[in-house]
Amino acid sequence: MIGIEHYLVVSSILFVMGVLGIFLNRKNVIIILMAIELILLAVNINLVAFSVFLGDLTGQIFAMFVLTVAAGEAAIGLAILVIYFRGRGTIAVDDVNRMKG
Amino acid sequence: MIQLISFYIFASIVIAAAAMVIFARNPVHSVLWLIVAFFNAAGLMVLIGAEFIAMLLVIVYVGAVAVLFLFVVMMLDIDFAELRAGFVKNVPLGILLAVVLVAELVLGIGAYQAGAVKLGTPGAGGATVSATVPNIEAIGGLLYSKYVFLFETAGLILLVAMVGAIVLTHRRSHGTRGQNISSQVQRRPEDATRNVNQPVGQGIEL
Repeated sequence: MIGIEHYLVVSSILFVMGVLGIFLNRKNVIIILMAIELILLAVNINLVAFSVFLGDLTGQIFAMFVLTVAAGEAAIGLAILVIYFRGRGTIAVDDVNRMKG
Repeated sequence: MIQLISFYIFASIVIAAAAMVIFARNPVHSVLWLIVAFFNAAGLMVLIGAEFIAMLLVIVYVGAVAVLFLFVVMMLDIDFAELRAGFVKNVPLGILLAVVLVAELVLGIGAYQAGAVKLGTPGAGGATVSATVPNIEAIGGLLYSKYVFLFETAGLILLVAMVGAIVLTHRRSHGTRGQNISSQVQRRPEDATRNVNQPVGQGIEL
């Protein structure tokens, strides 16, 4: 019998994987963006699981909006990455603070 | 029984793929593992009957976001070996943080299982799941009635994201001959054409 706890455990492991990815690949913005996608996927699994196990559809509607925001965030993030690469020739985020003003 | 087996298959693959996303040496491989993770997460959602969100996950993430990532990774000429330089140095801190987070989440889930957490009554907003209405139909009915303004706001967010991405990355190219609309509109027939009364049998001078 699958309970909501199974889904909570999977989504928490996914969430921690995302955070770990941000910490391990601190220089590579592309991997950081992918780790953020993993975190949002964990959130979506949580929302859908609670929605189904509590019998309330609102969670699935909300998961759809999270999906929308995730898609917009990926597009804007990658666009910023592309112009940053054009100006710098690298995507190492260590020296982003040189962009002051 | 088959539910448990498929749950464990989907869950283990999604976690393994997530690990490969953050540990893969080549970002192209990371993107491909991300696609695997999303497919299996969609499987997890189908398993509990949320098939609309599952299909949306496959279409939006695999069809749009992952392809966008692939394009950017392949378009930029990046020395990825150099970017991995701090990887080993960051491992202890990262693992420590991950352990702390897992402990917190386990604590939270354990506290939830212990009971005595007073949750609201499900479906208080009139969005209860019915056994006879299919998932997609129910979501559509809810989305286009109760949440229609939120739905339109989501569309607006996507529009803003699209315009923002285009404005950020668009480069005006020099040396190409573009369309000059005002000179095109100002052009009159009498400036552009002339009538000649051409005698028969003679050549024409233009």
